[in-house]
Amino acid sequence: MAAFTVLIPGVLRPLVQDADAVEVVLPEAGGPATVARVLGSLAADHPVLGRRLRDETGALRRHVNVYLGPDEVRRLQGLETEIPDGAELMIIQSVAGG
Amino acid sequence: MSTATQYLVAIGTKKGLWLASSRDRREWSLDGPHFLMTEIPSIGIDTRDGTRILVGIRSEHWGPTVAHSDDLGATWTEPEGGGIAFAEGDGAAVERIWQLQPDREDRPGVVWAGVEPISLWRSDDGGEHFQLNRGLWEHPHRPEWGEGAGGGAVHSVIPAPDGTTLHVAMSTGGVYRSRDGGGSWQATNRGIGASFLPGELPEFGQCVHKIAADAQDPEQIYAQNHGGVYRTRDGGESWQAIEHGLPANFGFVMMSHPRNAGTAWVIPLAADVERIPVGGHLAVGRTRDAGESWEMLDAGLPAQDYNSILRDAAAVDTAEPVGVYFGTRGGSVYASADEGGSFQEIASHLPDVLCVRAAVIQDAGAMVAG
Repeated sequence: MAAFTVLIPGVLRPLVQDADAVEVVLPEAGGPATVARVLGSLAADHPVLGRRLRDETGALRRHVNVYLGPDEVRRLQGLETEIPDGAELMIIQSVAGG
Repeated sequence: MSTATQYLVAIGTKKGLWLASSRDRREWSLDGPHFLMTEIPSIGIDTRDGTRILVGIRSEHWGPTVAHSDDLGATWTEPEGGGIAFAEGDGAAVERIWQLQPDREDRPGVVWAGVEPISLWRSDDGGEHFQLNRGLWEHPHRPEWGEGAGGGAVHSVIPAPDGTTLHVAMSTGGVYRSRDGGGSWQATNRGIGASFLPGELPEFGQCVHKIAADAQDPEQIYAQNHGGVYRTRDGGESWQAIEHGLPANFGFVMMSHPRNAGTAWVIPLAADVERIPVGGHLAVGRTRDAGESWEMLDAGLPAQDYNSILRDAAAVDTAEPVGVYFGTRGGSVYASADEGGSFQEIASHLPDVLCVRAAVIQDAGAMVAG
């Protein structure tokens, strides 16, 4: 088992009972812990939140950024970025719109 | 509890939804914004079983979805899985919901959606869950359909009374017709211009901006094209220009009367390269003879307005006489309670108006007090 924390931006907290963070636990089976697996587990428990973050193809929405420490995951290996046990993922909306 | 007639105008903008309501179509009250900071490009007001307001919502950050309210906007519901979503094998994702069209009175529960990327969807549960129309999605023309400035989508859906004929229009692609309830589709654009393409008129690829069917003859359809106003009398087999008498043949809007044969409205814009009311003078064009002649209506409209009116930012209600409503990209919404004879401004300084829908509803006094 590996546990992770996903930090939720204020505008999405109503979708998770106003929590500012959600704990995600992944079983050892299923391969390495990746951003995709964490978001998949999060979406299974909170399907509307899942759709806000990724589209039907599984791609991260264009203006949704996910940070592992100081790095936006697109600068790492994207959704396939492996994350260490106990890590925090921070979801932040990018600067967009007018 | 007694019920009373109420007029409802739903206004979808670039930054949220407003609901205008009135008892008499003279005094209006405005409620909103709902869904602040999300665009509302599509609205359907379904009055076939109570009143359900359906909205297509799109957040620049968080994507598109469909929500509905059965209590005139007091509460909204969004299906957990999303009302409209491609399957994994389709290799596509919904970008924007452009059209939410309740089917006819005798087919309650059926709602059609026109979506970007170019696709048609059908719901049998009042717009909560939609299925992709595979006939259109797998059409051999699809790789050649294009995108207008706002994206590529099915933006008009007309289900005919016979239950098997459907017309859709897409930008770009043009008009397509099914005679088997959506199983198969045929391009029906003969006679419609395509000034942006070289050579002879193509079978498909036209940028038809909006279509609306005649109240009495489902085979008679009116089209506002990207340059050109047209009418077909044979279900799309052939189209004839009906723009004579209009100050310009460009525009996005096409509306038809809910009961009277031959009556339709357009809102002309100067040209493709000049997307403002002609000469900065906002006016609505109305025909009562299926496009043989037009009268321009501007009573109550501002002397100057340089904002365009988008394809779904205009609608009619079903009252007698019919109400005509439209909104501008400048955030004004105008209403006429006499089929366009005179207008009043019922909302001002809203964000860009993307969609307007109007309905006559029977309510128990939920929205309008006094």
